[in-house]
Amino acid sequence: MLRHITKPALSVGRAAVSTAAAPRTKYGGKTTVTLIPGDGVGPELAESVTTIFKEMAVPVEFEMIDLNREQLKDEGAFDYAIKSLKRNGVGLKGVINRSADFRHHNVEFRGNLDVYANVVRCMSFEGIKTHHTGIDLIAIRENTEGEYSCLEHESVPGVVESLKIITREKSMRIAKFAFDYAREHNRKKVTCIHKANIMKQSDGLFKACCKEVSEDYPMIKYEEQIVDNTCQQLVINPQQFDVMVMPNLYGNLVSNLAAGLVGGAGVVPSKSYGENIAVFEPGARHTWMEMKGMYVANPSAMVLSGAFMLKHLQLHEAGDVLIKAVKRVINRGEVRSRDLGGSCTTREMTRAFLAELDAIHSE
Amino acid sequence: AVVSTQVREAVVSTQSTGVMPNLYGDIFSDLTAGLIGGLGLAPSGNMGKDGIAIYEAVHGTADDLVEQNKGNPTALLMSALMMLRHMGLKTHADKIEGAVLETLKERKFVTGDIGGTATNPEYAAEICRKIKG
Repeated sequence: MLRHITKPALSVGRAAVSTAAAPRTKYGGKTTVTLIPGDGVGPELAESVTTIFKEMAVPVEFEMIDLNREQLKDEGAFDYAIKSLKRNGVGLKGVINRSADFRHHNVEFRGNLDVYANVVRCMSFEGIKTHHTGIDLIAIRENTEGEYSCLEHESVPGVVESLKIITREKSMRIAKFAFDYAREHNRKKVTCIHKANIMKQSDGLFKACCKEVSEDYPMIKYEEQIVDNTCQQLVINPQQFDVMVMPNLYGNLVSNLAAGLVGGAGVVPSKSYGENIAVFEPGARHTWMEMKGMYVANPSAMVLSGAFMLKHLQLHEAGDVLIKAVKRVINRGEVRSRDLGGSCTTREMTRAFLAELDAIHSE
Repeated sequence: AVVSTQVREAVVSTQSTGVMPNLYGDIFSDLTAGLIGGLGLAPSGNMGKDGIAIYEAVHGTADDLVEQNKGNPTALLMSALMMLRHMGLKTHADKIEGAVLETLKERKFVTGDIGGTATNPEYAAEICRKIKG
């Protein structure tokens, strides 16, 4: 197998402020990262990543933390996961199913760690038959406030009030992140997605912050678009989009919609950044509880997330070759999981990635 | 279903019905309009208490198309047909709808938003011709 891919590549280019290397736990040349498989099909997808990393002999040690519905009844388990991520600075995770006591663990996760910027890149795959081709958009979602503030109350029986929080501080922060990201990755346009015609103060503030930040980046085109129109535009002409920045809920909807356009939740990875932390996870976050244990889920998104994690750790050679292998397998279309119209299992997809890695090594 | 899953599924499946709160409905109606060809085609109705019903196109004012006879009247027309059905005038609604669908299928007299060159009055005239038979 690929035992030679162990030396870290030289750092290429200048990282943007927010995607700069986080503090790392390193022992004996190996970096420790937190791995949280999560619920549903999560453990099967995580197995795919650990198998591949082992075969590739990448210098990464996983600190595996099991957080499923049962474990979350113990408060300590969740807090330990947070501590681990803060210590290691880098993590790979699946989705945690909501526990019985209605704590929104995924939301708390992001708030506690302040992983404020979720980045989902949706790119068309040649080998996946979709209505639209040539898509390459980046959805940047503010991940810690907005409609996910989880501040709800029933002041009168049968009448629930939900508070959507938008702050200048977090809006400026995500806008700056989006423009820095666009600049770092040579993207030409940033579109602010909002509904300020109705939510004049909250989305109005968000929009105003994006506009203010845009003035510091004259080389990048800035546009604004109302979210319902955006959803329509995404299904009519998705190629028009480049980088998109938006508050929490719209980010959730737009990134899921865009994932559907390029092949679904099985193939889209994402990365989330905080000041000193980076978490990698599949872009469309669903546990698929019904299929738990059946090994039918597509591991591509999780494996690609793992590959992007390797790049974040400056292991560019390993990350790039893994991305290349996954793309080749998907584009060739011979080994396809259910979501891509085939019938291969998670493990068969993993074996196909490994075989492709071998093939690339021999080239 | 969780709205993010529904939105993702909507772009890959062909049939879905859903009931949802205000914001999601706003997003979903534009999204599904886009899936079938755009806002020029999507009708809607607003139902209230005591049988009150207001029918309207999903689209907005389209300020960029004002006074050019370029707007596609299908959305408003189909909304009017929903209204006729609500009033019990199904036969009339079906007859007009048949003419609309045939005109759209032939694509000889359709408006610019769906790839044609006809003006609004030309499109309407063709539908009238088909109704007269």
